[in-house]
Amino acid sequence: MLMTLLRRLVLALCLMAPLAPAWSVAVDTPLDDPALEARARAIHKQLRCLVCQNQSIEDSNATLARDLRVLVRERITAGDSDDAAIRFIVDRYGDWVLLQPPVKGGTVLLWLGPLLFLLLAVISLVFWYRRRRGAPVVAANAPLSADEQARLKALLDDGDPK
Amino acid sequence: MNELDLEETPRRLWPRLLPLAVALIIGGFLFAGLSLRPKEIPSVLIGKAVPEFNLPALPKRPKGLQSADLKGQVSLVNVFASWCVSCRVEHPLFMKLKARDLVPVHGLNYKDDGPAAMSWLARHGDPYDRVGQDLKGRVGIDWGVYGVPETFLINAEGRIVCKHIGPVMERDLEEKLLPAVKALRQGGVAKC
Amino acid sequence: MTAELGHYALVLALSVALVQATIPLLGAWRGDPGWVGLARPAALVQCFLVTVAFGALMYAYVTSDFSVLNVASNSHSAKPLLYKISGVWGNHEGSLLLWLLILVLFGAAVAAFGGNLPAPFRARVLAVQAMIAVGFLTFVLFTSNPFERLLPAPLDGNGLNPLLQDPGLAFHPPFLYLGYVGFSMAFSFAVAALIEGRVDAAWARWVRPWTLAAWCFLTLGIALGSWWAYYELGWGGWWFWDPVENASFMPWLAGTALLHSSIVVEKRDSLKNWTVLLAILTFSLSLLGTFLVRSGVLTSVHAFATDPARGVFILAFLIVVIAGSLTLYAVRAPAMKGGGIFSPVSREGGLVLNNLLLSTACATVLLGTLYPLFLDAVTGDKITVGPPFFNMTFGPLMVPVFIAMAVGPMLPWKRGDLLGAVQRLKFAIAAAVAALLLTLVLAYDGPWLAIPGIALGVWVIAAALEEAAHRLRLFRVPIAESMRRLMRSPRAAWGTTFAHAGAGMVIIGVVASSSWQVEKLQVLRQGESVAVGAYEFKFEGATPVAGPNYGAVRGTFRVSRNGAEVAVMQPESRSYQDPPMETTEAAIRTGWGGDLYAVIGDPTGDGSWSTRFYNKPMIHWIWTGALLMVFGGLFSLSDRRHRVGAPARRGRMAKTVKTAASMAGK
Repeated sequence: MLMTLLRRLVLALCLMAPLAPAWSVAVDTPLDDPALEARARAIHKQLRCLVCQNQSIEDSNATLARDLRVLVRERITAGDSDDAAIRFIVDRYGDWVLLQPPVKGGTVLLWLGPLLFLLLAVISLVFWYRRRRGAPVVAANAPLSADEQARLKALLDDGDPK
Repeated sequence: MNELDLEETPRRLWPRLLPLAVALIIGGFLFAGLSLRPKEIPSVLIGKAVPEFNLPALPKRPKGLQSADLKGQVSLVNVFASWCVSCRVEHPLFMKLKARDLVPVHGLNYKDDGPAAMSWLARHGDPYDRVGQDLKGRVGIDWGVYGVPETFLINAEGRIVCKHIGPVMERDLEEKLLPAVKALRQGGVAKC
Repeated sequence: MTAELGHYALVLALSVALVQATIPLLGAWRGDPGWVGLARPAALVQCFLVTVAFGALMYAYVTSDFSVLNVASNSHSAKPLLYKISGVWGNHEGSLLLWLLILVLFGAAVAAFGGNLPAPFRARVLAVQAMIAVGFLTFVLFTSNPFERLLPAPLDGNGLNPLLQDPGLAFHPPFLYLGYVGFSMAFSFAVAALIEGRVDAAWARWVRPWTLAAWCFLTLGIALGSWWAYYELGWGGWWFWDPVENASFMPWLAGTALLHSSIVVEKRDSLKNWTVLLAILTFSLSLLGTFLVRSGVLTSVHAFATDPARGVFILAFLIVVIAGSLTLYAVRAPAMKGGGIFSPVSREGGLVLNNLLLSTACATVLLGTLYPLFLDAVTGDKITVGPPFFNMTFGPLMVPVFIAMAVGPMLPWKRGDLLGAVQRLKFAIAAAVAALLLTLVLAYDGPWLAIPGIALGVWVIAAALEEAAHRLRLFRVPIAESMRRLMRSPRAAWGTTFAHAGAGMVIIGVVASSSWQVEKLQVLRQGESVAVGAYEFKFEGATPVAGPNYGAVRGTFRVSRNGAEVAVMQPESRSYQDPPMETTEAAIRTGWGGDLYAVIGDPTGDGSWSTRFYNKPMIHWIWTGALLMVFGGLFSLSDRRHRVGAPARRGRMAKTVKTAASMAGK
């Protein structure tokens, strides 16, 4: 699949994003205070570029991404906390811009999903090992089921090539 | 090496059907996904008052645009720019709308060059009542603009009722925006 | 004329594929050797026909025949030859044709070299392959015909996206496809085995080389793609957890699991059910990737005018293939029971754990990739699942994989002793602890997660080496004896050593480059300089340069460390005409310690330029490690026992059993 390739195409289209007037060249000027700049950059990395695919505004060359970078720097300089600066953007564009989806009603399954998968996998594995190791003690005196006979045969066959 | 072609009594069927079920569910979602539009990010401003702003008029054009102008009557706000190719697609529709005089359309000239915008309007026609010039695009960000063109429907209280992303086509206008305008005028609720 | 020839060849290929998909299957069922025998020539003819079609399209590209719509919209006469060729698969239609070509090449390989497979089984495998081909051929012919004419022909074409005009990317798709489509072999073998109702060690032995080859290609394809992103996109990122990347990563995870579980089938005749399921799922994920990329479900609908018919078609095909094979699985799986019993602490147990974690990781990536779609479909809410989610979930899932990966190969088959295995990893433990302490001292202020991260990487590498040393009984027997063991020990075992060590290198590269990267963004005037970590970049100015089909601005930076010049770096900012677009060409200087990375951006208008610099420690370990993994796979593939001409099911069974037993007994 051309997936990666196509993705690059999308990125490419971002570079000539619809929001890019040809003559306005916005240049990123970092903040003088390295601590503030570092905070601004950290925030940039958490916000998704709106006109591109899955890129942060830090990684995007799109004009809107630049505008948002500048905006974040302004908020930080104006004394906003990191959360307040992020909130400022989210208030305008919604949760969609957060690269890390907030834990909310709709995303609970997303965040719990991996844990559920792991639990499911471990439980099935435990059952699988148990089943293979033999029937529970209670059933010990019952006649062998077809399944158990199969397992017995498997056990007996197991050693033979050696 | 044991070759077991055992005719066992089948174990419970459902664990073996699980992969199939999961695949079918995912397939269903993918089918639904075909008609979704992943890049259209719904506005969080729906139902809220328009952001506070005050934009100057284009050079040699009267009437700038500010928040107060959007109160008192139902109106459309169209975000446009002379460098925006798809704006040209929807533009004739706004010209027609102006001729029909159904609803005032205001322009938000987004990150444009004043003279370029004026000559663009001279060439393609000027359907707007008021036009605010958003040179730095800051007001656009306050409105949650991320792609031009975008069109907002504002009710008489100055609240954003809905947002159309991308060029407005005949169908969008006739089946979505205009019925909503009508409903708002009659004091009803508009959904779009 | 050539285009019509290509089109006609595809139509013929479709009819051949239809025959190949049905007659041999019926023949195998009825026991008719004539019908069974049809599979081989049909596969070869089909391969020939698709090759003709592909050749015709390539001819149109090389000769810049703009009367072919596909060429006109994706090529340009001024393009260098390499990119005219790679332009063939740089678009939807052409890339599908490449997909198809690789599919029929694999089919032809089975037909030509699968002489050791029992004829009915081979016929079934080829029939399943042909079914896949029928799906793709109809897709190409009815929705994505690359041979469509454009009349009158334009004077010149639209050109290929400049970002794609890059040697790294020219070969990225073919490798990726070899990987995806290679997994179709595992799929066909699995479905054929389900039809026959029999999976045994010989089956696993036939499947493994194909899976291994596909895995090597896919690993290489993914590595090439990420390397390309790293040097071409200009912000030094190499993996973005983008849906499109995930689409290639999921089959890789499943394929890696399949590779390991098929060892258990081969050596211990166990896990058959699971392995067959995994073979189906791996290829299904490859198909899902195709769908995700081409349907516009997850990528931008604004960026591509995707034809909805294509999405519907490929989804229908996807559901037929996947649901069909999974239904077959549900019905036939009970027929494949049995096999060796083993304790959870054993070589098999280790491989099972590997499978459990890799599948969980794969499911996690799938969940994260599709979740925005689920939520949008159910509630209409739009969210983004970005890198933080994957880093927070996938990362922790990989930690036990890496811990276990070191211990697994030290455990004997059937029943092992965990404490004993750990004791045999004395050296690896010591190395990991030493790495932990050393990192702690050197990077006491660094992100604390980096410290165990580095130790984990060292642990994996050291354990791989120590396992190899045990195999040679190094330092416990005379060196000459160890050398003899070196010559005799199976290549497959060495493949494991290389691949595992490669994985360790990737871990170290990822951890180090992301934890200790120094990044500087600066507006520079000629003559000014900026400090990036221990390095000083001095801007010597920017000059315009002309390329074959682009113009560029080239910045020159003198890089020094402690006053001594270490490099002159010349990043470029290019602007192409057809289509008009700007690209950044980062300048990258790779040294032992890592990469220096420089990008020149736009001029500010007052004589200064925006620039970006990075110092990325040990980042090249990521790709070196990936290459080592590929090398390990290829080395293992060269093992006598993995040759495509592996022993037949019955004839040489005794011998196989002996080898397997000797492996198992070790």
